[in-house]
Amino acid sequence: MTDPTRIRNFSIIAHIDHGKSTLADRLLEFTGAVEQRDMREQLLDTMDIERERGITIKANTVRIEYRAHDGHTYVLNLIDTPGHVDFSYEVSRSLDACEGALLLVDAAQGVEAQTLANAYLAIENGLEIIPVVNKIDLPSAEPERVAAELIGIVGGSGDDVVQVSAKSGTGIAELLEAIVTRLPAPGGDSDGPLRAMVFDSYYDTYRGVVCSLRVVDGHIDTGEQVRFMATDLIESADEIGVLRPTATAVKRLSAGEVGYLITGIKEIDLIRVGDTVTDSSISAEKALPGYAEPKPMVFSGLFPTDGDDFDRLREALDKLRLNDSSLVYQPETSRALGFGFRCGFLGLLHMEIVRERLEREYDLDLVATAPSVEYQAHLTDGTSAQVRSPQDLPGQQVLESISEPYVKVMVITPSEYVGTVMELIQQRRGEMGEMTYLTPERVELHYQVPLAEIVFDFFDQLKSRTRGYASMDYEPGDYRSSDLVRVNILLNGVPVDAFSSIVHKERAYRYGRAMVERLRKLIPRQLFDVPVQAAVGSRIIARETIKAQRKDVTAKCYGGDITRKRKLLERQKEGKRRMKMVGQVEVPQEAFISALRIDE
Amino acid sequence: MSSRVAAVDAVAEQRAAYVHIPFCRRRCPYCDFAVVDMSTAEIDIAGYVAAVQAEMAMEPLWQPLHAINLGGGTPSALDPGQVGSLLDTLHGRFGVTDDAEVSIEANPEDWTLDYAAALRAVGVNRVSLGIQSFSHSVLRYLGRLHTPKQGRAAIAAGRQGGIDSINLDLIFGSPEESFDSWRRTVIAALAAEPDHISIYALTVERGTALSRSVQAGAAGPDNDDLADKYEYFATKAAAEGFVHYEVSNWAQPGHECRYNQITWAHGEYIAFGVGAHGYRSGLRTRNVRRLDRYLEAVTAGTRPLAGTERLGGWERERERLFVGLRRISGVAAGDLGGEFLRSPDGRRLVDAGVLRSDDGRLVVADPLLTDAVARELLAFTPGT
Repeated sequence: MTDPTRIRNFSIIAHIDHGKSTLADRLLEFTGAVEQRDMREQLLDTMDIERERGITIKANTVRIEYRAHDGHTYVLNLIDTPGHVDFSYEVSRSLDACEGALLLVDAAQGVEAQTLANAYLAIENGLEIIPVVNKIDLPSAEPERVAAELIGIVGGSGDDVVQVSAKSGTGIAELLEAIVTRLPAPGGDSDGPLRAMVFDSYYDTYRGVVCSLRVVDGHIDTGEQVRFMATDLIESADEIGVLRPTATAVKRLSAGEVGYLITGIKEIDLIRVGDTVTDSSISAEKALPGYAEPKPMVFSGLFPTDGDDFDRLREALDKLRLNDSSLVYQPETSRALGFGFRCGFLGLLHMEIVRERLEREYDLDLVATAPSVEYQAHLTDGTSAQVRSPQDLPGQQVLESISEPYVKVMVITPSEYVGTVMELIQQRRGEMGEMTYLTPERVELHYQVPLAEIVFDFFDQLKSRTRGYASMDYEPGDYRSSDLVRVNILLNGVPVDAFSSIVHKERAYRYGRAMVERLRKLIPRQLFDVPVQAAVGSRIIARETIKAQRKDVTAKCYGGDITRKRKLLERQKEGKRRMKMVGQVEVPQEAFISALRIDE
Repeated sequence: MSSRVAAVDAVAEQRAAYVHIPFCRRRCPYCDFAVVDMSTAEIDIAGYVAAVQAEMAMEPLWQPLHAINLGGGTPSALDPGQVGSLLDTLHGRFGVTDDAEVSIEANPEDWTLDYAAALRAVGVNRVSLGIQSFSHSVLRYLGRLHTPKQGRAAIAAGRQGGIDSINLDLIFGSPEESFDSWRRTVIAALAAEPDHISIYALTVERGTALSRSVQAGAAGPDNDDLADKYEYFATKAAAEGFVHYEVSNWAQPGHECRYNQITWAHGEYIAFGVGAHGYRSGLRTRNVRRLDRYLEAVTAGTRPLAGTERLGGWERERERLFVGLRRISGVAAGDLGGEFLRSPDGRRLVDAGVLRSDDGRLVVADPLLTDAVARELLAFTPGT
């Protein structure tokens, strides 16, 4: 058992690319947790996509032993947090397992919105914060300015800011001392009945479900019968251990410690993250405060471009879900795109990562419909219905009103771009809230914006308008009634489901116009005139016509070379076989796909 | 069934021969036929004629021929003696009927009165002149070596030389050609009073200079422009008494090209020369496209075949329908065609007004959409 006064549990809060993973690597290396020869760049990031994008998706922990200047050996548990807004629920889980946090900021970039949001979250959770400026050896570094920003956020003086270069190792020794001296030891009752919080879980092919655990009170021993308090499951603690960073089994984890727990459970759904583990015989009276289930915010239909891949897509989603309980999906049938799934994601990045993993790790070629949010349809009979797909929107005759989710958006931008940022957000129906100058050069803006306006290309727009300097974060807000309509796109009079969209009334015409023009260009001419229409209810708001094909014949038969001509036609027909029939119109799948991809 | 329609199908029993003369003074930018560029290669025309005659001797005996077509390339690169010698060989080996059509393709710049009269004397009774256009700029774009004036002179020479049937080939739809330019070409062509006119839409064939320039961003033919020009010609030609009998072909009554009619009726033809395609006893053959390989094979006493294809059962029937569809009078539907008409794809074409059933025949209502029908027909499997 480790003396709780010699334990420090902490996270690193940082923006993407500000060097969190490099710092973690350097801490492991400096303390000898990892031999130099085993160092892989960015050790904590295990998934390929994480390594490539330089971001962390799943919370990961590592136990470091550090001999401090006071002569004692301390156990430092570094609990990794994801750096992106979509995964803020995971950040809050990680922070719940810590007493302190390093607020890590790039000396050249300064504080970013997501860092700030997570820093506020940590302060709210009562965590002790050590501000750290990283990359001080960069030519463009402005450590003093960035330190001033940090002090503005967390208080204190310039001396409290630790300056490091994770890359070269400068300042790492000072940082380790600061962790030991400035962060509090865990509290908790070492002698009380066991209470340990499950702050993460993941599926391992060989071991089944592995829970990440923070012991708050008492201790847990290998082999004991434990009870998951929320689900009332009783299981044997087959293995407990710590990550150093390789999994190392231990006999006991006691109050203040962080480690993993493996039971006989094989299904991820049986473990609820945020649950409390207690001893099945001497049960704790009260569970620890748990977590809210992460709610999907963004929905999109995913369809294999090759219809034969539907089963493979299902298997791949099932597998991904083993490690990502926030991913939800149900089968969906589209006339235009065939069989697929309507999937719910935490946000746009989550959506993109899932899609990329499906394409890369499972070798699937996918098309995604435009992302949608979850609307509330209020019906004339007084009931409400959730609407995750435009097709689910009830007809106008029974529809009283529609409300849509708003999010609280925070943007941090250099002050010279305030005007253009405000303009962008107003275009997106945003309502302005507070505006604070962090420093004379940097402004923090708060808005209430419909989520639907964010999910399209808001982030890209923000970046391009501010030459990449602005950053943003958002958290769920309330539902508000909005003037929303469903625009249907009709091909030869038949609605093409994949292109229906719920949009604000003022945007309906523009959306409809853009879609019909796009489809007119993408769909090949047929043997007859084909109207392409956009409609709200029975009202046509835009129309284009694909003029009938007038010539489809070769001039001559190549001096008797019938075979060649026949084969050419057969090949062309082979191409046509892959077309979808929509209202007597032959549409190449690629046309639908391109029409959907143009927004990306 | 009208007697004209009956005659269209009856030619399927007739026999034809094709002889390919690959030599050209230079290759036209749109052409992907088997051609030998005389400006860049050492040419032994007499040697080639001898080789073709040797190939003819290897072909098993057959019934007398109802149609002979010398195509190219440029058959008018041969002197009349060489043409006569080839015709004699065909006579000697297979026989030629008394009323046979003996046709040759010729470039206007080669086609003089003397040449026409000399060919007439060796038995040629039809000429197909590569007029292409009566516009200077279009001829230049097409890489042709003659002028509009030479074109008109060639037609007159054919008449004076006693050739029974004169055809003009026109190519329409080059990006260089305005609608007005085409209108003038059509008027000039009809004014020359030929017996037969073929109009071919400029087609971008893979591997040609035209295809390379279009890929590099140059304008290519436009389908709407082609359709406008085609329809304009159809109207004007009809007013001058021409009968439209195949997608690209119009003739004064009695001047339909028999050789082509045999092809479209799914009749059989033997073929000689570089890159020539034959169809005999259900076997499609194609000769090697390279002159050196061809000469090598024939000299060694072997058939210069590059490949063959045997069609059986439904495939052959499907091909009969697909080839026959190009005729304005359509093709006898038979069991397969009947079933196709009742299939979803067939019904869709009928509903769209593109295909119709006419007294037991499949008829493409708009010849410009023939391939749309052929494609479905070729993909159709009976019993589905």
